[in-house]
Amino acid sequence: MDKVGVGKRQKKRSSVVWPILILLTVLTAMFFFIKYIIKGKNVALLNPKGLIAQEQYNLLVFTVTVLLAAVIPTMIILYYTAWKYRESNSVTAALPEANKNKHIVAYMWAIPIVIMLVLANTMWPATHRLAPQRPINDSKPLTIQVVAMRWKWLFIYPDQKIATVNFVQIPINTPVKFEMTADEMPMSSFWIPNLGGQLYTMTGHVNRLNLMADTVGDYPGSTPEINGNGFAGMKFTARVSSDDDFDQWVKQVKSLPEILDSAKYEDILRPSEYNSAAFYSAYENNLYDKVVLKYTGSAEGHKHE
Amino acid sequence: MVEHDVVSHHQAEANDRVMFGFWVYLMTDLLMFSVLFAVYAVLHQNTAGGETGRQLFSLPLALTETLLLLTSSFTCGIAMIAARRGNKNQVLIWFGITFLLGLAFLGLELKEFSTLINEGNTLKSNAFLSSFFVLLGTHGLHITIGLLWMATTLIYIIKRGLNSSMVRKLTMLSLFWHFLDIVWIFIFTIVYLGAFS
Amino acid sequence: MKEFLVGKLNWSDLPHDWVMFGGTATFILTFIVALVVLIRTNKLKWLWNEWLTSVDPKKIGIMYFISGGVMLLRGGLDVLLMWAQQALSSGDSRGFLTAEHYQEIFTAHGNIMVFFVAMAFIFGLINYIVPLQIGARDLASPFLNTLGFWLFIGGIVMVNMFFVFGGHYAATGWLAVAPLSGKEFSPGVGVDYWIWSLMISGIGTTLGAINFIMTILKMRAPGMKLLKMPLFTWGSLCSMIMAVTVFPLLTATLFLVYFDRVLGTHFFTTLGGGDPMMYTNLIWMWGHPEVYVLILPAFGVFSEVVSTFSRKPIASYKSAVAGMIGVSAFALSVWLHHFFTMGAGADVNAFFGIMTMVIAIPTSVLVFNWIATMYKGKIKFDTPMLWFMGFVAIFAIGGITGVMLAIPPIDFQLHNSLFLVAHFHSTVIGGVLFGIFCAISYWFPKFTGIRLNERIGKLAFWFWVIGFCLSFIPMYVLGFMGASRRLDHYDASTGWQPLFILMFIGGLVIAIGVAMQLAQILASFIQKNKLRDVTGGDPWNGRTLEWATSSPPQFYNFTVIPQVSSVDAYWEMKQQGIQKPVYEDIHMPKNTAVGIYISIYGTLASFAFVWEINWIIVVSIIGIIVTFIRRAFTEDSEYTITAAEVQKLEEKRIKKSLEDDKHKADDSEEEMGVIELVKFIINFVLNIIKNKSWRKW
Repeated sequence: MDKVGVGKRQKKRSSVVWPILILLTVLTAMFFFIKYIIKGKNVALLNPKGLIAQEQYNLLVFTVTVLLAAVIPTMIILYYTAWKYRESNSVTAALPEANKNKHIVAYMWAIPIVIMLVLANTMWPATHRLAPQRPINDSKPLTIQVVAMRWKWLFIYPDQKIATVNFVQIPINTPVKFEMTADEMPMSSFWIPNLGGQLYTMTGHVNRLNLMADTVGDYPGSTPEINGNGFAGMKFTARVSSDDDFDQWVKQVKSLPEILDSAKYEDILRPSEYNSAAFYSAYENNLYDKVVLKYTGSAEGHKHE
Repeated sequence: MVEHDVVSHHQAEANDRVMFGFWVYLMTDLLMFSVLFAVYAVLHQNTAGGETGRQLFSLPLALTETLLLLTSSFTCGIAMIAARRGNKNQVLIWFGITFLLGLAFLGLELKEFSTLINEGNTLKSNAFLSSFFVLLGTHGLHITIGLLWMATTLIYIIKRGLNSSMVRKLTMLSLFWHFLDIVWIFIFTIVYLGAFS
Repeated sequence: MKEFLVGKLNWSDLPHDWVMFGGTATFILTFIVALVVLIRTNKLKWLWNEWLTSVDPKKIGIMYFISGGVMLLRGGLDVLLMWAQQALSSGDSRGFLTAEHYQEIFTAHGNIMVFFVAMAFIFGLINYIVPLQIGARDLASPFLNTLGFWLFIGGIVMVNMFFVFGGHYAATGWLAVAPLSGKEFSPGVGVDYWIWSLMISGIGTTLGAINFIMTILKMRAPGMKLLKMPLFTWGSLCSMIMAVTVFPLLTATLFLVYFDRVLGTHFFTTLGGGDPMMYTNLIWMWGHPEVYVLILPAFGVFSEVVSTFSRKPIASYKSAVAGMIGVSAFALSVWLHHFFTMGAGADVNAFFGIMTMVIAIPTSVLVFNWIATMYKGKIKFDTPMLWFMGFVAIFAIGGITGVMLAIPPIDFQLHNSLFLVAHFHSTVIGGVLFGIFCAISYWFPKFTGIRLNERIGKLAFWFWVIGFCLSFIPMYVLGFMGASRRLDHYDASTGWQPLFILMFIGGLVIAIGVAMQLAQILASFIQKNKLRDVTGGDPWNGRTLEWATSSPPQFYNFTVIPQVSSVDAYWEMKQQGIQKPVYEDIHMPKNTAVGIYISIYGTLASFAFVWEINWIIVVSIIGIIVTFIRRAFTEDSEYTITAAEVQKLEEKRIKKSLEDDKHKADDSEEEMGVIELVKFIINFVLNIIKNKSWRKW
């Protein structure tokens, strides 16, 4: 009793061959096109320039390998099964009602559980090791305080006593601790993809991100979290230089006439977009603590350990 | 005879369905309240330098409100016993008393609110007061809706008499009323007793 | 005085740029044209009586489909605007949209696609198919059904209202994170429109979910125990239980955002003790289960389609059910993975990462189940099965990228990048949307009695798949290059522009695919005699009860509620031979306009809440209360069809279907392709011009 709707398909030659060929051609063309496009460009996630980014990259490769090892065979089996048991294949004279392999159910559950256990086993320690709040090593890090404001980044160097806007320079192979907060700003995110992952900046909170760079160069920084109209323009440059060059740079900035007093601070706090880099040889006392205090009444803010 | 049985079987099935659906609705209402409770739990200490619950609340007032509501649940229960017996007059009397008790509760709550507001403690003052007013205000709004429901149903019972469809409506109303009473117990415990602990 | 009368309404808020004007003109023109057509063809009364006030879940289902389809076009147009902007806006060029407008477009796009396309189609499918699958005549509460539908329409009105009444939409992203959504950072009415469109449709969804749960748990045919229900019904049940659990959370949270904006409360503000992080938690406690609400019915559809087209029962019914329940249960425990980067400690992040990975387990089980079902089957690759084949590959990519994102250190690099956007579009388009397309092509013969044109259908499928690859593979690459989502402009030195151009081209290919789908439906109706289903309602040799009815089913679904004793109930009935019906009285609900009235008041109230017009708020709320009370005390909401009348209706239906079968043209007439369809349309238009038939108007 096999009513198959309206029958009579005259040319039933696989109507799937041509579209699949076109799809494969498109995919191949795209592959080469994209390879050409990205030549010489900063594919940041595959281009780690710091310890944390490197470890994240390793974790990424491991995870993708495990997942592809599970998924690709499954897909091959699925599409092969579909093709082999297609109606027009007279070789497989099917028993459409068959199928009582008790073990199938066990495999169906066991395979994904095993894969997830393997991943979880790596993921748990990695998450702890790569927690942004965790110091890189036992030595004292270079502290840089970050204030996100509309729509620019203010960097304060408490030890060197200088401040910059939309530009941050750090010495190579030195642990850096970014302490970040925000002022008159929705939630934003501080991100230098070549050096490591992002962390949110929130008013009244102090988040800590520990990074260490291992290659000299200029790297882009941005905020992936949308925070208003000027969102796309809120970019900064992170420059990694040698120790000597870093000290030189600090001396240079200290000799500049501009200082970040409270009037200037109010000025840059006002919303503006696509700001160019600025440098200040001094800043108002306890500026960072004052910013945090504005929202919480306590200089520590809401700490994220 | 057969037709009569089929009709009442159909009606019984429909009643069962409606009651079940009403329970599911009550659960969604409970979930909404749990958001408000969670928000209160997170924010109740954020007074931004203002007065805390301990300084603002009057435990005797809250206790009175609680007793009023508990008693009204009791009278509501008696009214439902009368409803299932088909006793129209008892239903009207006992739901009438429930109504008055609910109204008294609302009155006291409004008085508490206006005292706070007159002293400058409004829902705009800080996060603690925002969550206090919205939690209790939502409960008070539900009580108001319950009272409106009670009043209209009683009026229709006077006009049309107490039939099985009315009893079903009263059952849902009483479930709603008891539910609000339970929510109030949580409010009393978490908000008022919690402020003094 | 003016403020009392019209609140914050202002002439200066009316649309004043050409991109917006396009939208305004489209809405107003469409409305006028529709009205004129209805009046001239004398169909206004028919529309009101037969469709708008109907409580028949089949009719409500069709209305959901049409609304969802229209909103799909609206949301799709948003995509083309977005991708055009991104393709152009590199280096010195800023594209043709301001940053603010661009941000409003992607916010509207997200809300429309989730609430008014995906939810619409799913609610339409559940409405139409679930009662048929469980052997019921209607949903548990026909009144809640029509009310829920019209509240959903109210939501559509609210999300598009700014085109006509002024203002603008939210520019915050589809979930309007705090404090960006507060009055300080979003001072206009945009976020208020956002709040109220979601509020009113969310309430409709909650009522609908309650209704579906009541129906599935209380109205199954005798003998249909829970573990004998079809898998689409199971998927719908799990989905609706999740919906009923989390939509109240959304409603409460939306109220809190509104209070912050309008009453000055301090729930999520930066000062006054507010806590924006709490908003993030609350909104994602709703937001994550919501996407599982969308995917579970799709899993159900695919399970049934694979089984039917392989001519085999599903390999392990119990595993499929367990898989769906597993996904639902765990869906409620993973929400933090949306904000690993907010700064929680490693223990918290790792815990939620593990829970997220756990969900991949029941999902994989479902996939293996489908493979085992196809194994040793005899598979027919009609269009529904094609959509399944496309779904598996794309959803698998979505799954892999999802597990990657579930690992916090990796997420730190991928959060809010275009990689994330590509991930969730892979699951939502590959899973939910393809599931919807699969369902529509599978059940279209049931809805209309006509099979869909296969030639054009297959073409549409391939355009979708190729377009999807062209658009989303570059998106994954861009994510790896450090490109964030929602950017309206970027530096030329990044080298991203060619990839954005590629995305836009892919968008055009997908647009062609959508046009093909519309063409497919048109061609099917044009050749409806050739494509008529003459199998008496069972064109695919189906296994479940909905195929036991005529196509389309009678308004009372079944003449007699069937007795069920196994999974794949209809398959079993066919093996045993179908009994001759014994007619009995049927009780049906009456149509009602109350749903429409309450929704009109609700939409008015929402509008008034947005523009702070207090007197309209008061009047609308009183309207809602009074209408609801009057409906609640209506005793007379059903009517009876006697057994004799049922018999007459059945005889009439059989006679008509025999006549229709006679009209069926020979098989020799070829199924239309795209070229033939275009020729047909050109001829049709030329004929109208030649015969000057517009004069009749």
